Amino acid sequence: MSKIQATFERLQAQGRKALIPFITAGDPDPALTVPLMHTLVEAGADIIELGVPFSDPMADGPTIQRASERALLKGVSLRQVLGMVANFRADNNETPVVLMGYANPVESMGVNEFAATAFDAGVDGVLVVDYPPEESTEFARAMHANALDPIFLLAPTSTPARIAQVAALASGYVYYVSLKGVTGSAALDVAAVAARIPEIHASTGVPVGVGFGIRDALTAGLVARIADAVVVGSRIIEEIEQSTSDNVCARVHALVAELRRGMDDSVGTSPPVRGAS
Amino acid sequence: MLAPRYDLPDALGHFGPYGGVFVAETLIPALEELNEAYALAQRDPLFIAEFEYDLKHYVGRPSPIYHARRWSDLLGGAQIYLKREDLNHTGAHKINNCIGQAMLARRMGKPRVIAETGAGQHGVATATVAARYGMECVVYMGSEDIKRQAANVYRMKLLGASVVPVESGSRTLKDALNEAMRDWVTNVSNTFYIIGTVAGPHPYPMMVRDFQAVIGKESIVQMQDQCERQPDAVIACVGGGSNAMGIFHPYIPLAGVRLIGVEAAGEGIETGHHAASLTAGRPGVLHGNRTYLLQDENGQIIETHSVSAGLDYPGVGPEHAWLKDSGRAEYVTITDAEALQAFHSLCRLEGIIPALESSHAIAYAARLAPTLPKDKILLINLSGRGDKDMHTVAEKSGITF
Repeated sequence: MSKIQATFERLQAQGRKALIPFITAGDPDPALTVPLMHTLVEAGADIIELGVPFSDPMADGPTIQRASERALLKGVSLRQVLGMVANFRADNNETPVVLMGYANPVESMGVNEFAATAFDAGVDGVLVVDYPPEESTEFARAMHANALDPIFLLAPTSTPARIAQVAALASGYVYYVSLKGVTGSAALDVAAVAARIPEIHASTGVPVGVGFGIRDALTAGLVARIADAVVVGSRIIEEIEQSTSDNVCARVHALVAELRRGMDDSVGTSPPVRGAS
Repeated sequence: MLAPRYDLPDALGHFGPYGGVFVAETLIPALEELNEAYALAQRDPLFIAEFEYDLKHYVGRPSPIYHARRWSDLLGGAQIYLKREDLNHTGAHKINNCIGQAMLARRMGKPRVIAETGAGQHGVATATVAARYGMECVVYMGSEDIKRQAANVYRMKLLGASVVPVESGSRTLKDALNEAMRDWVTNVSNTFYIIGTVAGPHPYPMMVRDFQAVIGKESIVQMQDQCERQPDAVIACVGGGSNAMGIFHPYIPLAGVRLIGVEAAGEGIETGHHAASLTAGRPGVLHGNRTYLLQDENGQIIETHSVSAGLDYPGVGPEHAWLKDSGRAEYVTITDAEALQAFHSLCRLEGIIPALESSHAIAYAARLAPTLPKDKILLINLSGRGDKDMHTVAEKSGITF
């Protein structure tokens, strides 16, 4: 059983939902990434999504674009990101780490070499934003051959046929993008998201994480009632942007802990929602 | 002599290993909608008739083919013929594609069109067509390019378009394309994205090629009329590659005709300051398709250089990548200095001021022609006129207005 699957099963047994924060590796500085990852876990993260910086982040809004640019200015490469995961693993062998990035750095390294190196570094899942399922056959094969979960996006506009295409390849969880647009866009419609989740559960058989537009404990709590996992990216990057290297871990800790409380309080006060399995 | 049937791309937009649909799931429905609409339009005689009518009466097609006799004589070898896309309305081949896509936007009920632009030529062509069709038009342009191309920014504004400066990344064409994609994914219900070249996710490389193929189709007829045969080689500059794909595509089955794409070597391939993706790049994924890219060892896209802004792009259309690998087309390079020299030659010898982009194709013809006998024919796609380049050329010659 993959570490990601085990995490979701443990949480389900506890009647809790997964909190998945996103940070960009190397932002604001490569030396701070591993400390920030430990901070996320201490503050209540169940899985970490670690962004691999790319020069042309087409699907990201301005906040994550800026994070990517800051990391690239410090010369952060995919190989260095894998090194950061390996360093993190020296002190934490439990929390799953999912790399999230774009296809070109992966293809530049070679899909098979990337998969093997990522496994060795202690990566658990990989989400390549610009690999839709129709272009992912080789990628998914390489992931599964190296005991990695390929994570896929689904959108409000995804048809049943597309959900089935994703289901054929996905493991770990699927990431449901709650609104149209790029990362960091406006508010989300919780009821509309809730209406899609049973269908995605039924088709994919894996947990559903919801992201895009989750900015505070209240929305995190509302999404926790309807989804298996809550993904928060741009809001955390904003906190990092507004911090100094001295207080960045403390500020990110406070934010993530607040999101955690919002989720636990909200799920605790409502009847349990059907889980993944 | 006919080569085996050429019917690429496949249903998912692949040209061999290149092309495809490398976008986030959020964009897939928009591309599926576009695919369906284009598949219907392309078989609809009314759509085709309207496209042809506009190309004739609004653009001024067919563009002539001109025998550059004086220049050919001076070079002393093969005869050089110019396909005069510079005589089109708005001064370049870009308008052919913009008309096709704007007609499609109207059919799909999208009242708003967006575009990316580097030098501003595609932005101007899009703004032109949007004005004529009464559509809202937003053009994304890198803030660096806005500074360099003030006249074209003003032209777009005169035509009623909003020009949005892009401040991310290198603040040039590739970043403008990223930003236009972000706009599209957010506003897809009322917005059509008019991509200016044969790149992007499927169906764009195929669709833009089809709209531009009028260049090659006319050439085949005109060469037969004027020379009673087809050229020995067709030469075109390649940035993203739309003018080259437009003239090459109808010639692909004519195996006796060499297809030569000319990339920008900038200050020289060895300096690293160039835009020659096919010659000096390696395959990767950018802007929705797999193709040759200029990238560093970690797969980050690198900044390009060319004296001609229209060739200043780190990728290239995926069909060119396929034509290179399959050997059907050859790709060569021309430096800034060689292109400028050819620019001046054409001005002085033929009374034609070519775009700096097209000057790369002209420069290669000037290199090739003297090596061939006088009865050989080179057909060059003169993709645009050089009025837009006055400032750049003057600056290179040490002149200020």
